[in-house]
Amino acid sequence: MITENKAKQIIDSAIRYARRQVDGIEVILHGSNIATSRFANNGMTQNQAPTTETVAVRVLLNGRQARLNGDDLGEKAVRALIDNAIIAVQLLEKDEELQPLIKPKGRKAKAVSRFDRKTAKLSAQDRADQVRKVIDVANAKNLIASGVYASGQMYSAIGNSAGHFVYHCETSAECSITMTAPDSSGWVKAQSVKASEIDVQELAERAAAKALLSANPQEVDPGKYTVILEPAAALDMIGQLWYSFAGTNHADKLSCLLGKLGQKVFGDNITFFDDVAHKDGSGEPFDGEGLPRQSLTLVEDGVVKNFVYGRRSAAQLKCACTGHGLAEPSAMGDYPSNFVMKGGDASVEEMVKSTARGILVTRVWYVREVDPTTMLITGLTQDGTFLIENGAIKCGIKNMRFNVSVIEMLNSVLALSPEARTSGEEVNPAVMPALKVTGFNFTERTLY
Amino acid sequence: MKSLAEFALDVGKHEGASYVDVRIINQKYQHIQTKDLTVAEFNQGTSAGLGVRVIAGGGWGFASTQKLTKAAVAKAVKEAVKVARASATCLAEPVKLAPEPAYVAEWVSPHLVDPFTISTEEKLALLFDCAKVMLAVKGVTLAGGSLSFIHEVKYFASSEGSRIKQTSIRSGIGIEANATDDHDRQRRSWPNSFGGQYELAGWEIIHRWPIKQHAQRIAEEAVQLLTAPSMPKGKKDIILTGSQLGLQIHESCGHPSELDRALGWEINFAGFSFLTPEKLGNLQYGSPLVNLVADATEPTGLGSFGFDDEGVRGRRTYLVKNGMFSGYLSSRDTAHLIGLQSSGGAMRAESYAYAPIIRMTNISLLPGNAGSLEDLIKDTKDGYLFDINKSWSIDGRRYNFQFSCEAAWEIKDGKLGRMFKNPSYSGITPEFWNSLDAICGPQEYVNWGVPNCGKGQPMQTMWTGHGAAPARFRNVQVGIATSDAETPNEGADVKEAGHDH
Repeated sequence: MITENKAKQIIDSAIRYARRQVDGIEVILHGSNIATSRFANNGMTQNQAPTTETVAVRVLLNGRQARLNGDDLGEKAVRALIDNAIIAVQLLEKDEELQPLIKPKGRKAKAVSRFDRKTAKLSAQDRADQVRKVIDVANAKNLIASGVYASGQMYSAIGNSAGHFVYHCETSAECSITMTAPDSSGWVKAQSVKASEIDVQELAERAAAKALLSANPQEVDPGKYTVILEPAAALDMIGQLWYSFAGTNHADKLSCLLGKLGQKVFGDNITFFDDVAHKDGSGEPFDGEGLPRQSLTLVEDGVVKNFVYGRRSAAQLKCACTGHGLAEPSAMGDYPSNFVMKGGDASVEEMVKSTARGILVTRVWYVREVDPTTMLITGLTQDGTFLIENGAIKCGIKNMRFNVSVIEMLNSVLALSPEARTSGEEVNPAVMPALKVTGFNFTERTLY
Repeated sequence: MKSLAEFALDVGKHEGASYVDVRIINQKYQHIQTKDLTVAEFNQGTSAGLGVRVIAGGGWGFASTQKLTKAAVAKAVKEAVKVARASATCLAEPVKLAPEPAYVAEWVSPHLVDPFTISTEEKLALLFDCAKVMLAVKGVTLAGGSLSFIHEVKYFASSEGSRIKQTSIRSGIGIEANATDDHDRQRRSWPNSFGGQYELAGWEIIHRWPIKQHAQRIAEEAVQLLTAPSMPKGKKDIILTGSQLGLQIHESCGHPSELDRALGWEINFAGFSFLTPEKLGNLQYGSPLVNLVADATEPTGLGSFGFDDEGVRGRRTYLVKNGMFSGYLSSRDTAHLIGLQSSGGAMRAESYAYAPIIRMTNISLLPGNAGSLEDLIKDTKDGYLFDINKSWSIDGRRYNFQFSCEAAWEIKDGKLGRMFKNPSYSGITPEFWNSLDAICGPQEYVNWGVPNCGKGQPMQTMWTGHGAAPARFRNVQVGIATSDAETPNEGADVKEAGHDH
């Protein structure tokens, strides 16, 4: 992976080459060497260590812009990319909403340290040793283990001809495990900037316990239930709502929160932030143009307080930019990528104890939006679904499909656990609590 | 390209790998997306790099580099061997490859006009012309359009002697009209949703799919949907138009027939499959009318190729024959696990930076004898016609599915009636396919492209195709996709799990 100095050299060289030919140029570099060791049936099945680096140049000329991408960071290749971008930009329509390149003054993003040297240096054998721990737990309990252990680093650098430059490099370690028994399964996932914060042994034991506890699953009728969503399940459902906070989604008149700013949309106990500086967060502290990401309250005590904007959607909607834009030009526009949901003080165990009859959901599966107006979503339970009776887990149950409006669900939250760093499979990791909700609508059964 | 591949093979063998294959890929791409009369996305670029896959000590290793120099390639190959040796410390059993002849070949995908020879102005003019037509319809709040093109040159070399060069051109085209009022958001698309129709073809795709001719109709329908009734719950006969049937095939036949899923290799992320090996040749997957093939040789199919990414020649095999589950999508390293003598030729990777995994080719339902769509509607007494996908979800073993479409029409006594918004249908895969009783004829058959099939860790996207003509399914659950449960089952009794499908 290239250093900040090297990134600046490449970007400065490109700017020098293009400066006299265009009104402005922006150069973006991205790189990753995340390696992924995959295992299934208690053995390694696939093991990859790719390295990728990309360069994007955006040129502005006569009120037009064009962005071209490549993956050769050499001087000759970058110059060829600029030459082609200059040809392309002249073929495009004038962009009436084009913003000038940002200037460095007052644009310094808050520094966040998300790099761990030990994680960056993990080898293929280090990853295999972690996988071995999982397989040993599975073998000891007569279960079948599948999953991944991944580690590495990634960087982003953005510079432009107005003098702005930002660079961010961070590490990542991730482990997800599915333990399967003849008629049941259990799943866990953790991701962190530090591999040392991922206790693979504990994760494997937890997935195994879920698989064993949900053995011999019973069948429950569909209908409305009190449901406890563990944090990963809550994340993958509520994550479907995030784009509704994006300015571009409002400019396009598609958001389910259209016209709801300042209104009470969710329950009193619902508060959301977008907080790039959160101690359990991840990602660069700047947006796709290099602007500092602001930390915002999106929803406070159920009232919609803020949406997030890149410069384009902010101009369209006559709002202040919040530093959430994607690299220009982008159809998606902007996105709140550092989601935090304020938690409460109930533990999952306490939620179970206070439930006369309900269902505990470990994770949800294949979640998709059905109706953007009500944010109706569908999906299924998976890898550890349990019936609760009289304050205790009675048995594992077969999985069920739900059709739930996220807005309605967030008006029916009875209790929240403390929030913590959470990873699901449908959206980016976030900081989430577990939730206890009423009236959760299961519509159909499946066969396992 | 060739000399670098030979160099990589030599380094791999020198490092002690028992098998090495190398893919060097050069790609150029252009994606244009418009919103109303503006360019919302103009994503154009090139990509080039080398991926190397090795077996050492019985384990797989993979590494890649975008630096096409000898030093960078040697480093990548050595890393791949190191990774393979680490894999070998955690093996359930050593990798075993099914035999495959060594090929020296060159393959070029059929196309008439290279889309990269067409000017950007001409492409934008096409999309803006459509947008003007859609925006002229009162009530349309956003008019979208997209064009996508990929030109790829791939060189494959293996330590077993294969040397294969393939050139592919893929193109996509589509428009959509959105209508929003205070209470609702509705959309109509053509020829398909989520970017439109994709084919292994060049610029000629614009003549096959004349988007401007459909712009006004979809704009009017999007506005009409705002005041259309929702579909009531019930059991009905349904007809799926081709593109929706293509996605139904993708999710409920294509994915479950991937052998890596059926063996549990993808259970942690992409999922498992109910089509486990003991059901091969023993499960009546669908009615006798159901014939599903995996065909990498369909001329314009998005899932077509000459050779897969481990050098296996593209082929056509039955997955379901006369309703019986009869075959898998497979690879060289999974074939022996169920007693197959050779790979099914389904290994592909998103780019040089990913190791190949089993992917769908063109998974297609062979046409029937029910004539045209008009004929099939005339033959239906009481049902619904579902058109163009809006939402899809299916469980981790591919049993329970729920699909929503952009629009549906009532069919009464052989005639189309009212339009419904937010229509949905759901079911259990083998029950659903066994309820099929009519498939339209070859005149309605289209290979529908899916350009974004996700699978693997890290996730890879892939191009797949699905040939389909509209078909009818009897007595299907419809209208269940609502948050309002009309069956108050809170506190319902627990039943013993007593059956296994």
